[in-house]
Amino acid sequence: MKISKKFRSNLITYALVILAFVICQIAIEGIIPGFKMTRSLKGQLVPICVYIVMAVSLNLTVGISGELSLGHAGFMSVGAFSGIIMSSWLLGAFQFENETLRLLIAMITGGVMAGIAGVLIGIPVLRLRGDYLAIVTLAFGEIIRNVLNCLYFSLDGGRLYVSFNNPDIPGKLLLNGPTGATGVGKIATFTMGFVLILFTLFVVLNLINSRSGRAIMAIRDNRIAAESMGINVTKYKMMAFVVSAALAGMAGALYGLNYSTVTATKFRFDTSILVLVFVVLGGIGNIRGSIIAATVLTILPEVLRAFSDYRMLVYAIVLIVVMLATNSPLLGNLKNKLRSSKLVTRFFPLKEEAAIKEGDEK
Amino acid sequence: MSQYKRKSDTKMVPVPSMAIVPERDIDKAPVLEARHLGIEFGGLKAVDDFNLIIGKTEIAGLIGPNGAGKTTVFNLLTKVYQPTHGTVLLNGKDTHGMNTVQANKAGIARTFQNIRLFNNMTVEDNVRIGLHNQVRYGMFSGIFRLPAYWMQEKKQHEKALDLLSIFDMQDMAGVKAGSLPYGAQRRLEIVRALATNPSLLLLDEPAAGMNPHETEELMENIIKIRDQFQIAVLLIEHDMNLVMGICEGICVLNYGRIIAKGTADEIQNNPVVIEAYLGKQKEA
Repeated sequence: MKISKKFRSNLITYALVILAFVICQIAIEGIIPGFKMTRSLKGQLVPICVYIVMAVSLNLTVGISGELSLGHAGFMSVGAFSGIIMSSWLLGAFQFENETLRLLIAMITGGVMAGIAGVLIGIPVLRLRGDYLAIVTLAFGEIIRNVLNCLYFSLDGGRLYVSFNNPDIPGKLLLNGPTGATGVGKIATFTMGFVLILFTLFVVLNLINSRSGRAIMAIRDNRIAAESMGINVTKYKMMAFVVSAALAGMAGALYGLNYSTVTATKFRFDTSILVLVFVVLGGIGNIRGSIIAATVLTILPEVLRAFSDYRMLVYAIVLIVVMLATNSPLLGNLKNKLRSSKLVTRFFPLKEEAAIKEGDEK
Repeated sequence: MSQYKRKSDTKMVPVPSMAIVPERDIDKAPVLEARHLGIEFGGLKAVDDFNLIIGKTEIAGLIGPNGAGKTTVFNLLTKVYQPTHGTVLLNGKDTHGMNTVQANKAGIARTFQNIRLFNNMTVEDNVRIGLHNQVRYGMFSGIFRLPAYWMQEKKQHEKALDLLSIFDMQDMAGVKAGSLPYGAQRRLEIVRALATNPSLLLLDEPAAGMNPHETEELMENIIKIRDQFQIAVLLIEHDMNLVMGICEGICVLNYGRIIAKGTADEIQNNPVVIEAYLGKQKEA
């Protein structure tokens, strides 16, 4: 069966993720002697999944929709806290013991809440363009964090209490202002993270290759032309922004339920920038690149522990070297060779050979 | 100006409001009617008292020296600018208060003087953007690949290739639009505009940067498009060979005002037009 270039590229992305999951599972179980994952690396598995989803969803805003957003961690925090509250409420009010199902519901709640936050923030923000939009999303990310810093949630029997700036509410505090959410059950699993990555890829890749996705990319390429072709700019910008926020919220819920304590300070401006670094390093608009960059850059600090004090120095140097290398013609040639190699063309035969040549020239 | 080898042989007849349309369109409602259209930019009258009627299947030309306000007229018709005076009727419908998107849905499509393609997308995807409002399915059908997706995508693909075949561009469907040669980019813009199923096609300097051979082909294609789709075309062009060759009614703009209207012959011999282009003849 012959397939199109886009479809082949998507297949390779899915295959890479599944392969990585299988290898990780083998390493966790220690099936092959001598090939066993260290404890510290095992602890990084869920965060890696979370950051991959964050990077891919931010790439939808930055790369596909072409809007520089610096407040992605804000949506993550909305998802994290609403996910934690939902999970605690299910457990407290309904004695809902099934962890997988609870995690799933928490993640969906996180996604919906972050999506709603995305709509509310998108209405004023998407009127702006370029640098202004970046600054305002940055501000909104900080506003969300500060609001969460003053929010108190408590559970009394089956009842939820909310208060702002006042910890005197009945019952057990779920969310305790600046102290954050404490006593959260660690129910996040690597498998669930893997499922979330697949879901994110499914949503983002399918969206890109559909009518709506093309409209989003058309607006990025030329707003005026898109308008004169009858494309509702606000609607499609909002669509990309909200889908991106909702996915970040789901990732946030997974992240929140992976630790016993979560505070709002974890979702500071640097987290947004870190995710942006993944996107830029992986290539703006390149979904597979985001996945690889997020994985490598999350593992790197762990691997570099051997350098102790010089760890962050080496990290920065690696970042610079990778940036330089990705832009060098040497790597470009290597990529072309790999793309036309027998291994790739045998498993993923192309419909149009001409199309691939065009892609390479670019 | 007699060196132009092609002459339009349509007989022009006046319609009640003193405008002229081709004889074959006399019984049909005009596709566009601009009445006293004008726009001011901080006191500067960029376009003033612009009146124009375009017949159902007319190929009309809008000419004038640089800075005369031709592209501004296009921007007024497509609602990129909101006019400060006058009205525009599109197929008899008042376009007052519409935005660019609504104007396009009402049946007006355009190309741009400085090409505005979606450069990072393929040729086919560019045309599919034009088909955006013709072939519809929602975001969820797209993400979850519901039957509507497969059905409509197939329809869209076929329509896009069909439209590309007007300019024999089917073979380039998978190529990135930004890597096309200049002439092909201009042609793709026309195809993309046609894809929105307009009743009036506005072409802003379609022949700019084309060689005489390509221009000749373009002229034939514009006539072909008009005949095949039964639409009206209004074009801005500096290539007089093209304008005099295919335009049935010509409107000359200078300093934002219409200085002459008529057929190619009338325009070529109009002393006011000659003066606008070449300056006043010295009195003997």
